[in-house]
Amino acid sequence: MATFEGPMMSIRAENSLSHYTDWTIGHVHSGALGWNGMITFGMLYYLVPKLWRRERLYSLRLVSWHFWLATIGIVLYAASMWVTGIVEGLMWREVDAQGFLVNSFADTVEAKFFMYVVRASGGAMYLTGALIMCFNLWKTVSSVGESKPMAAAVAAE
Amino acid sequence: MGILDHHKKIETHATLLLVLSLLVVTIGGLVQIVPLFYLENTIEEVEGMRPYSPLELAGREIYVREGCYVCHSQMVRPMPDEVERYGAYSLAAESMYDHPFQWGSKRTGPDLARLGGRYSDEWHVAHMINPRDVVPVSVMPPYAFLLDRPIDGRYIGDLMSTYRLVGVPYTDEMIAAAQDDFRAQVDPMGDSGPLLERYHSAQVRNFDGQPELTEMDALIAYMQMIGTLVDRSTFVRDASR
Repeated sequence: MATFEGPMMSIRAENSLSHYTDWTIGHVHSGALGWNGMITFGMLYYLVPKLWRRERLYSLRLVSWHFWLATIGIVLYAASMWVTGIVEGLMWREVDAQGFLVNSFADTVEAKFFMYVVRASGGAMYLTGALIMCFNLWKTVSSVGESKPMAAAVAAE
Repeated sequence: MGILDHHKKIETHATLLLVLSLLVVTIGGLVQIVPLFYLENTIEEVEGMRPYSPLELAGREIYVREGCYVCHSQMVRPMPDEVERYGAYSLAAESMYDHPFQWGSKRTGPDLARLGGRYSDEWHVAHMINPRDVVPVSVMPPYAFLLDRPIDGRYIGDLMSTYRLVGVPYTDEMIAAAQDDFRAQVDPMGDSGPLLERYHSAQVRNFDGQPELTEMDALIAYMQMIGTLVDRSTFVRDASR
């Protein structure tokens, strides 16, 4: 989605609206948090038990919590930025019948307030999820029993 | 053998994948870069552009240091609503002495490419002390501390030499007189003749209203000249652009 969005945003007609707005911010975060962030989390959940030779993760329920917090968080974050981006893009170019600008710049700042609250709560959810992951991985390393030695290690001569 | 089978060969062969990816990136890069070599000039010729005066340059350094470009663009696009809101659209020539340029990419605050002369110095000082005092819904942080930070332009000549290295046409004379010019621009009672000779239409006054020369003076000197240098009546649009 984010990768499709990027080239789309480079099209002139689209860019004339989206450039300089929060749309760009929403686009970047949907890629950075929703795609790369999630990949990173997945890798950590896989690698930490392997590297510390633990037989399992401390809690799969917490992983589930993390997944849903991150997913809902990033949807709120990106969606609110898409909305403010389009809102300010349209407000900046809005002219009345006589051709005068309708909104001052400050009007657009004011109009974005509620969506910024949504953005902040989405970001807070995403961050909470990451903290849950840190706790979960820490407990995995510190309190889950060791797994049996790997077969390859035994076979080595 | 379908196209998908061919693709499997690429995807399962790391070196081949690397070489082909590099090839794709190279072609993409060349397509974007090569045409620039065939343009005679990517910067219009306009009258009025000059390098920043020492004080303006110091103000610009503060602008960069404080990260103003993160929330403010300096590039008015040639679209009716932007020209109506901010002023004449930006020309490439207007940022030819900016290293790095301050076009920005996000307008959390308004564009500043035509800021010069739009507000009074007093407005700027009040706005920097607390933006909410003049724009009630502003989300800009206050920069009142700039009033308490004296500057003496000790290194401004060195800075200008550095800019000369990357192509800004500062002369030896300009660099030698850097510190004098730096002080002359905030001293309306002094002799500003040599300063104006070197930097045409430089504005000379006490910008922040305080006796001391502070970072606020430098920043406001910069803000009051952004986008004011080029005489637009001399600008002829090239039909090929």
